[in-house]
Amino acid sequence: MLVVAGIVGFPFIKTIYTSLFNAPLIAYTRKAEWVGFENFIYAFINPSFMGGVFHTIYFSLLSISLNILLGVLTAMLLNQKFFGRAFVRTLVILPWALPTVVNAVLWRWIYNPTYGALNALLTQLHIIQNYRDWLGSAGLSTMTMVVLADTWKNYPLVTILVLAGLQMIPKEIYEAVKVDGANWWNTFWRITLPGVRPALLVALVLKTIDGLRVFDIVYLMTAGGPASATKTISFYVYQEAFGFLRLGQASAFSVINVTIIFVFVIFYIKFIRSEGISG
Amino acid sequence: MNYRKNLFFSILLAMIITGISFAGGTKESTSGQKEKQPVKLSALFMKQASYSEQDVRNMTAEFEKENPLIGISLEFVSYEALHDKIIAAAASGSGYDVILIDVIWPAEFATQGILRDITKEIPKSMIDKVFSGAWDTVLYKDRYYGIPWILDTEYLFYNKEMLKKAGISAPPKTLNDLADQAKIIKNKGIVKYPIIWAWQQSENVFLNYVVLVAGFGGSFFDDNGNPLFNSGGGLKALQYMVQSLKDGVSNPASLQAISDDELRVFGSEQAAFALNWTYMYNIANTDSSQSKVVGQVGVEPTPGDGVNVQIASVNGSMGLGITQSSKNPKEALKYIEYLTSSSVEAKYANLSLPMWKSYYEDPSKWPKGQKPLINAAQLSFAKLYNRPMLAHYTQFSTIMQKYLQKALLNQMSPKDALDAAAKEVVQEKANK
Repeated sequence: MLVVAGIVGFPFIKTIYTSLFNAPLIAYTRKAEWVGFENFIYAFINPSFMGGVFHTIYFSLLSISLNILLGVLTAMLLNQKFFGRAFVRTLVILPWALPTVVNAVLWRWIYNPTYGALNALLTQLHIIQNYRDWLGSAGLSTMTMVVLADTWKNYPLVTILVLAGLQMIPKEIYEAVKVDGANWWNTFWRITLPGVRPALLVALVLKTIDGLRVFDIVYLMTAGGPASATKTISFYVYQEAFGFLRLGQASAFSVINVTIIFVFVIFYIKFIRSEGISG
Repeated sequence: MNYRKNLFFSILLAMIITGISFAGGTKESTSGQKEKQPVKLSALFMKQASYSEQDVRNMTAEFEKENPLIGISLEFVSYEALHDKIIAAAASGSGYDVILIDVIWPAEFATQGILRDITKEIPKSMIDKVFSGAWDTVLYKDRYYGIPWILDTEYLFYNKEMLKKAGISAPPKTLNDLADQAKIIKNKGIVKYPIIWAWQQSENVFLNYVVLVAGFGGSFFDDNGNPLFNSGGGLKALQYMVQSLKDGVSNPASLQAISDDELRVFGSEQAAFALNWTYMYNIANTDSSQSKVVGQVGVEPTPGDGVNVQIASVNGSMGLGITQSSKNPKEALKYIEYLTSSSVEAKYANLSLPMWKSYYEDPSKWPKGQKPLINAAQLSFAKLYNRPMLAHYTQFSTIMQKYLQKALLNQMSPKDALDAAAKEVVQEKANK
């Protein structure tokens, strides 16, 4: 308890405290000045930061959906008996073992508008006529491409969790429902999904936290561009702290980020309790 | 029990005494003379453009050979991470002894107390021997916070073969010539997008914009600090950038490109023109492992509008500074004096040109095949245009980057984008 208070509680309370000051990052340049909730007001009236909140939520929702979808499908596939299953299971996990920086550089090359593999593939398949600038388009399309790169690396975690859940379901149940004449969809909906629900909820919580605090892949792939279309809350925290040296403002942004994560987590906990799910 | 207790305290005492004797800066030799102890410095550099990582490692190894009591631990990061790395180290109250600083940071680093004022250490005789633009890298309010090291500007690189194929006899003399020649090259089907820029939302896009502001004779602020960039040369510069994309002469990939991407695109025969730093010349023109255009690269000073400005040359110099937190400033000074010396700079003049005027007066010192670059450099160094020297430069640049890209993506007109940027710059200045 003391350790948790030391490594989580103290920094958390200190961040909340700092968010109420106009505090410089480098402490010996000037003293921190009490500003109350001014940093929070600035955050909520700042269209750039609010854009960052929107980008973060978009990234999280899309990323969670894709991770869960791909994770469940892959886990179901890997739960079947086939030749070389152990090898394929190892292969699927490989992207997850890659460092984010390697993944980001890899996908920057794949998306490169001049010599990227994606353009070459899609033009050869006659899906697109001309090479596209995948990371240079306005709106949400660039963020979508970042989510795809992130999903490729991270969905194996969901696969592993769901696969573990699938292996907990007794085979006899499947045999019994087969005898009863249940079709594939009914089996999936009434047996498989409830069986893996605890694993899915763990994956959901982890992916939500990952999504809402995303920074590294965005910083490495797009540097927040084009025209700030991929800047997330964490990006603004970083920019305020290390670019503008405004620790108070950065702390306020962090507190807002943690609050959003908190809301999602409370929702999940309530959901878990109402469903009476236990891990 | 008492025996154990005594033993414990005896060991503790011995450890403390040993620790004190090792912690001391000097130690008494048997002859009673004080001997200097080895000193370890840590230095932060960047790993793109200018001197290569290997060049810096070689220079440092040579320094360590000459100064066996000084060891240097080197760290390299990309330019984009350099500023934040320095800030993070300073905020922790420890970190590097020597740091590489860009020309836009002395104001910020001096006011934040990150850099040591070394004005007294710089001999007056040295100041006149170095190009004045280089000194801007380390100068803030008439105080010197380091020694300049890299004297650089963005040049116009062109593919001689492509120009020849297009029937163009001479490289562009004005910015309008550049656009016209690019259209000819495009229309003749020689290359789809003749110009590649570095317009990623980072310092890159702002820097390329500053080159064009200089070229169109624009300014950023008046004497009272009011924005001027949303009219005159500042507006013309952004209109030029947007128009070149609309005309299809600038590669849309420019919007996510940095200097190294420009080098790759130009070096793979996918562009006829590129604005880039000194280092591109030797790599693109001589290194066949990185370039398909070896022997075809021409270099000129970036042209201006040809009316008020003939040469548009942005100051992209960098210097070496000593941090306030350094515990060995004398040794750190010795190290940066070595790296910035005329002999070392002349020896490693392949990817970065020396800041010393004497180097340009003696062609016998120039590496083979470097003459076109040095000719362009001499013309450019005389006209270096500085980005605004602001204590809150990073905030200013960040705002500009966002609105420049909004205009380039056609989300806003150039005028609206620059007006919005000017408004936000004024608001930010008032806010914090």
